[in-house]
Amino acid sequence: MNIVEELLNNHSRLALSKGITAVENEYDNAVEIMTKIYPHTGNAYVIGITGPPGAGKSTMTDKIAKEYRKRGKTVGIVAIDPTSPYSGGAILGDRIRMMDLMSDEGIFVRSMATRGSLGGLSQKAGDAVKLMDAYGFEVIIVETVGVGQSEVDIVKTADTTMVVVIPGMGDDIQAIKAGILEIGDLITINKADREGTDKLNIEMEMMLELNPEHVSWRPPINRTIASKNEGIEAVVDSIEEHKAYLMESGKLAEIRQARIKTEVVAMVNDRVNRYIDKNVVETDDFGKTVARLSTREIEPYSVVEEIVINVLK
Amino acid sequence: MANVKVLVAKPGLDGHDRGAKVVARALRDAGFEVIYTGIRLTPEQIAEAALQDDVNVVALSLLSGAHNTLFPKVVELLKEKGLNDVLVIGGGVIPDADIPGLKAAGVAEVFTPGTPTGNIVEFINANVK
Amino acid sequence: MANETLKAGFDKYMASVDAKLDKNPERANLEPKRLYTPLDVEGFDYETKLGLPGEYPFTRGVQPTMYRGRFWTMRMYAGFSTAEESNKRYRYLLANGGSGLSCAFDLPTQIGYDSTDAMAEGEVGKVGVAIDSLADMEILFDGIQLDQVSTSMTINAPASVLLAMYIAVAEKQGVGADKLRGTIQNDILKEYAARGTYIFPPAPSMRLITNIFEYCAKNVPLWNTISISGYHIREAGSTASQEIAFTIADGIAYVEAAVKAGMDVDEFAGRLSFFWNAHNNVLEEVAKFRASRRVWAKVMKERFNAQKAKSQMLRVHTQTAGSMLTAQQPNNNIVRVALQTAAAVMGGTQSLHTNSKDEALALPTTESVTIALRTQQIVAYESGLADTVDPLGGSYYVEALTDKIEAEAWEYIQKIDEIGGAPEAIAKGYIQKEIQDSAYKWQMDIEKGNRIIVGVNKFQQDEEPPTNLLRVDGSVGKLQADKIAALKARRDNAQVESTLAALEKACGEPESTNLMPFILDCVRAYATEGEICGVMRKVFGEYKSNVAL
Repeated sequence: MNIVEELLNNHSRLALSKGITAVENEYDNAVEIMTKIYPHTGNAYVIGITGPPGAGKSTMTDKIAKEYRKRGKTVGIVAIDPTSPYSGGAILGDRIRMMDLMSDEGIFVRSMATRGSLGGLSQKAGDAVKLMDAYGFEVIIVETVGVGQSEVDIVKTADTTMVVVIPGMGDDIQAIKAGILEIGDLITINKADREGTDKLNIEMEMMLELNPEHVSWRPPINRTIASKNEGIEAVVDSIEEHKAYLMESGKLAEIRQARIKTEVVAMVNDRVNRYIDKNVVETDDFGKTVARLSTREIEPYSVVEEIVINVLK
Repeated sequence: MANVKVLVAKPGLDGHDRGAKVVARALRDAGFEVIYTGIRLTPEQIAEAALQDDVNVVALSLLSGAHNTLFPKVVELLKEKGLNDVLVIGGGVIPDADIPGLKAAGVAEVFTPGTPTGNIVEFINANVK
Repeated sequence: MANETLKAGFDKYMASVDAKLDKNPERANLEPKRLYTPLDVEGFDYETKLGLPGEYPFTRGVQPTMYRGRFWTMRMYAGFSTAEESNKRYRYLLANGGSGLSCAFDLPTQIGYDSTDAMAEGEVGKVGVAIDSLADMEILFDGIQLDQVSTSMTINAPASVLLAMYIAVAEKQGVGADKLRGTIQNDILKEYAARGTYIFPPAPSMRLITNIFEYCAKNVPLWNTISISGYHIREAGSTASQEIAFTIADGIAYVEAAVKAGMDVDEFAGRLSFFWNAHNNVLEEVAKFRASRRVWAKVMKERFNAQKAKSQMLRVHTQTAGSMLTAQQPNNNIVRVALQTAAAVMGGTQSLHTNSKDEALALPTTESVTIALRTQQIVAYESGLADTVDPLGGSYYVEALTDKIEAEAWEYIQKIDEIGGAPEAIAKGYIQKEIQDSAYKWQMDIEKGNRIIVGVNKFQQDEEPPTNLLRVDGSVGKLQADKIAALKARRDNAQVESTLAALEKACGEPESTNLMPFILDCVRAYATEGEICGVMRKVFGEYKSNVAL
């Protein structure tokens, strides 16, 4: 199958799926596919959803997708689940909450496993988003667990990022504070019928107070009970408000440009790292060099210098 | 980098998911990426999920006796969607007499009660495309 | 023998056995201790732990004479294909010494779909009988006087609808609702946690249940309004302690809901019943039954302040473990079922269904159902197990095991209380996770050879595929579709519309509006089950499981 042709001209869902597999598995044709579809990207609005395990992110994603469908938009979803560090296997459980989206042609859900390499994953998730974008999805949601640095990289592919929290997380809330301050354009308190909702709301308000960056856009705090579809419309309204703010202020172009820069730098780093792995780290000579370094026969500074000069040649 | 992806699904109305869940976990522990889709699904939902995740294997479990209707239907829909290389396997309370018919309909193998999960792993490894 | 002397003797015995273990090794992976003595039940207070049969805490049984007067109800779960076919099987069972009926419904019926619904494709008449309307129910009980039998119905999400149909059939026979005896399963919490045949979200489901409690307390007083079921939790892979702990936690939630709805605990608690699994480990099962009665009695007395003895008693129906039947060497299942039956009887069950040898392969044939029924009769009449009350009471091992299971159950119940009760623990996936972990461990134990299942991972033999299995062919769907079409042509459709409209309005009203009378009106007008549940689906919405692994 000609993936690009089928995806762009024949609106083939199978081609979209095969294209994502190609980038996910780093098939030989991946670069070619991405090169050809790139000119057709940049039209979708990308939403990132993150938060701690158990916050209800995939249920939230499901409901937001349905709300956008009601508003006449088509929706692509990239749902990311962690891979087991023990077996290399994974159970991708997000889709279970999205199965009734399967009968809607205006929706496409792709599950991705982290496969132990969150760093590389942000690029792959980014490529999956571009493929959905080129296919023509108007809204694309990237959903990922946690708010660690690697997850932050993933949601950086988004125009609007929402952090989902729930009451009763205890000390976990401290751990995610930093993450929230850094990335949340929107904060949603899910399972808001639980005890501790008001307290959490106050804590969130205080954290936002402390952040000087929130001058022109102050992240709204919404309350939802996603499992009952309560509060979802307001969340989507907030997303749309944030989008409007980004567009009117010119920030959207700004962050997209910054994103492209990050992306290109990451791609260059990735290529260089791979080149160094292949041509330096994995050679017999390098093994000998390390042995000599450890006996203090030579010192590292000149070794580095030599490698860099050789690589740059 | 290409991990084997397996969709584990229960078509029909049967809610007995003990077997499906045990198999899902065993497959994960064998290093597969398992997409667990839960109970009470239509063949269409299963086939569409298989397409969107571009899985290598669809593992169906059913204990209610509706396998002769529902398993072939899933196979048919996968083909209709252009997923010709997907390995479809089935399990559950399935009488031996039904197995040849299911195989003729495109179900690669049927695992009946008492099958060690290791056999399923072996079969997938040997037959996945 | 004073404990001091015993202890010294016991220590000496243990030391001498340990010294010879190299020469006479014991099997690996044995869970119980080598030997149980009075040391294991030190400080055992007979009065508080056991008491007398028929008295608090009912450890020894809920009736004073147990099976010396009347045996347990031999209630064979049956139903397949059409109402006509199942009616024949019911009459056969009653003619052969079965003492109560137990209706198995097909999955579309259990999930509130008519046989013609797209979701019902392939499932009609498969795991039970297809019931689409009162017309089918009339056929199902044709020739069976409903004041002469007790009938158990395995129906949960649409329990209200099937109960209404049963009441309506009785009306046509001239039998008043106050004469009806039987049970509806009506246990929605375990559907979310383990069995999967839910329809509505938890809140309206709990409302339906309390509506039924209230309606039956007034109108169907002999009816068991719920069968709080551990059976399916065990089938899903739980341990014995988890089975009773999660089920009693569900029971607590139902009692709380009814009390919250304004009912007096003694008004309905006597009609609550339980449903246990009889698994392979005979003595563990006996201990489980005994422990469960003690836990429930305490819950009802201390937590809910129930006054009547009937309210404190855990009355239980039992089914032998379907998941323990093997597809390999199916005749061996007859022996397994006999041992499970012995466990249930020594555990003091009030009624029992015995599985048939071929159920790991298909629905049972008449021949294999007969063997299963005869198994109960042999245990009842020949084994002597039913001749004295609680025959294992006082066994050091069984008493120690009863205490252990009780302690483990309390620990779980406390944990679930901390989470916020069973509905919350289910919503969070806690109970499902615990069950799945046990199921996975069980499977891995078998695969590693730590647990032996005869014919599965030891003593296997080549065998011919079994013949003579019961087949339900696809024509049942067509038959039911024809029946529905004919029904819709002959019933008063205006009457159907108006009763459905009244039900819809009532569903939207507060919980204090009891839905049972409205459902009964729909049923009497021959609205189909799918139409009635469709109205409730429209108002209540549908539950989606979102708990992964």
